[in-house]
Amino acid sequence: MRPSSVERVPGMPAHLKGGDIDAPTKPKRQRVVLGGGAQGPIAPSLRARVELAEQTSWGEMLIRDLISALLRWGLVLAVAAVLVLGLLPLVFWLVPGFASFSVAGVPIAWLILGLAPFPLLFGIGVAYDRLAERHERDFVDMIEN
Amino acid sequence: MTSAEIAITTSVALVALVTFYLGRRSATQHNVAQDFDIARRTVRSRRNAAAISGEYLCAASFVGIVGAVLADGADAMWYPIGFTAGYLALMIFVAAPLRRSGAYTLPDFVEARLGSRSLRGLASAVTVLIALLYLVPQLQGADLVVRTLLPVPGWAGPVAVTAVVLLTVIGGGMRATTVAQAFQYWLKLFAIVAPTLVMFAVFVGSGAGNGAVSLSSAGPPAFTEPTTVTVEESVTLRVSTETKFLADGVVDGEPAQSEMTLDAGVGMRVSAGTTLRFEKGTYVPVVVGSPADNAGWLMPGDGDGWDLAGTYSLIIALLLGTMGLPHILVRFYTNPDGKAARRTTLHVLLLVGLFYLFPTLLGALSRLYVPELLVTGKTDAAVLLLPTAVLPGLPGQVLAAVIVAGVFSAFLAATSGLVFSVAGVVSTGLLPERVRDFRLAAALLALVALGLSLLPRSPDLAHSIGVAFALAASTFCPVLVLGIWWRGLTAKGAAAGMVAGGGTVLVALALDIISSHTGDWAPTLVQRPALISVPAAFLLAVVISSATRGDVPATVNGVMLRMHAPDRLGFVRDSEIPRYGRAEEKVRLGQGRHRR
Repeated sequence: MRPSSVERVPGMPAHLKGGDIDAPTKPKRQRVVLGGGAQGPIAPSLRARVELAEQTSWGEMLIRDLISALLRWGLVLAVAAVLVLGLLPLVFWLVPGFASFSVAGVPIAWLILGLAPFPLLFGIGVAYDRLAERHERDFVDMIEN
Repeated sequence: MTSAEIAITTSVALVALVTFYLGRRSATQHNVAQDFDIARRTVRSRRNAAAISGEYLCAASFVGIVGAVLADGADAMWYPIGFTAGYLALMIFVAAPLRRSGAYTLPDFVEARLGSRSLRGLASAVTVLIALLYLVPQLQGADLVVRTLLPVPGWAGPVAVTAVVLLTVIGGGMRATTVAQAFQYWLKLFAIVAPTLVMFAVFVGSGAGNGAVSLSSAGPPAFTEPTTVTVEESVTLRVSTETKFLADGVVDGEPAQSEMTLDAGVGMRVSAGTTLRFEKGTYVPVVVGSPADNAGWLMPGDGDGWDLAGTYSLIIALLLGTMGLPHILVRFYTNPDGKAARRTTLHVLLLVGLFYLFPTLLGALSRLYVPELLVTGKTDAAVLLLPTAVLPGLPGQVLAAVIVAGVFSAFLAATSGLVFSVAGVVSTGLLPERVRDFRLAAALLALVALGLSLLPRSPDLAHSIGVAFALAASTFCPVLVLGIWWRGLTAKGAAAGMVAGGGTVLVALALDIISSHTGDWAPTLVQRPALISVPAAFLLAVVISSATRGDVPATVNGVMLRMHAPDRLGFVRDSEIPRYGRAEEKVRLGQGRHRR
């Protein structure tokens, strides 16, 4: 019962994808893998993978969602960095008094420009790394279950 | 030879020998053609990060930033920030997808994503241009070091660097350069941290600088001892508080051989070959274009609106240019997968950021100890002359030798990385027999760069490197970012963006060179064109792509899937080694071979 539901896969991409010449040759291999396995639980995961690989409309939507999630987070963090650092030249230019304020003899502008950006950039990098890996893990979990 | 010269020659020779040895050793261990190329993608993430940082910290980082901080103060601190922030942009928008795309160089990426052979040709040409713009300042830096510190003609420096690089690259391949580059990073870190800490300790211990005028007083910098300066190229000097000196030569077009007084705010033209003698405690006149007093030097954003635009232009170029540097991108291919590429970039962010804490400090110390460089405008020599100025005698010479080792390693690392990666770009387009071809390409590239570096050009290293970054940001950044995140990019759109952005930068560069020979009339945005060229490139790429919507390649879904699907799903297919990233290996995803 379950293997037969997987065997429907080849038909879908062929008519959904249309133009791809390679498509008709691919599905046959899938059937061989399944015959060998004959295990129920792997079928849904494989189905999702095939839909991804064939980029059926559902598979394409899945990857579109992942891309837009990653892009959204990337832009949020990049904009945060650009706002914090990128507004500094304007602030220094518009408010000269701010730059001449000094801490322990060192002008605050030198502390802000010479020290602060590096931990900030690294911190944002760590944040993006975490986010991206979490999204990718969730994506894999979704495909495999 | 004096003891200082012996110390410096020894340290340079040691760096060259160790680099060559590391390259040689791994070359003999791995001489299969595959290893030659990409180290079989097994280079570990941490070592790879050190290698990327080692390649990245070039002449501009070591020599250029110190010189720029000495001359321009707070405004020059955007260089280290931009150089570091570039890796954040690279990590967020490029690293993992680029690695998964399987592209080895940018032309590979362009062809795999947009499926156009002619665009590949354009991308290869741009890669070579960026590499040359980046190589020439490295070699000119070597010229500067040799001319400043050794009793031999300046051209010996570039020739030596080229020779060592060609030996390592041609003899070793990627594995060799990975080990050598990782070594260069740690060497450079040591060579800047140790001398900076020692000199800073001496500075603090000596009661804030030998009676020098403190940096926080508003006036101009002053000489701490009687100083004689010979002007090698004609300069226009300016001072914010009246200063006196003895001149011997030609001043303001007339012969001068007497005590001169330079009034505040008046420009004085000093011709090449003139000798100026300053007494202790007199104020230092500064080449026009740099802040004349410490107040302006200390405060960022001291100039007019155009200077502000220039600052933003520089930030954009550095932030977005890093992702387009050929020698950095090649390194990402040595990561096992996309996740590792991201991790590696994160490491690089840490390593590079750590290094960049120090050049600023050296620049500030230079203003106290070697202000005479402000008179000639050759501020890039600051990092080389500082140790002996702070610590006379043997300790200073040892510090100088350590710094020179780092500086020389900076030239070597950046040059070999560029020659290696771009020779690959040149050779893949040509004959099938790769290895021999690759060597020929490497030799050609290095020799052309050597020839160009012997031409006279602007001595400001940080600025010259900035132009290479601006070109990368205006050509490859739009193609990469749009190509990775936007399905709509077409080959025509990408070509239009690259031509518009790259053309703008090249025209600006030509104008800048003409202007530097005819009275420096070029406005800030000609010297730093990224503020105009980068948005223009993005805009044109998007508009032309939208206009040619029908040309979106049919493979786009497959390429998108491969670039963004998490590594564990196994959609990444590494291309065959000799013909990586070519059309043949494009998305054979449907064949059902999945890796766990």
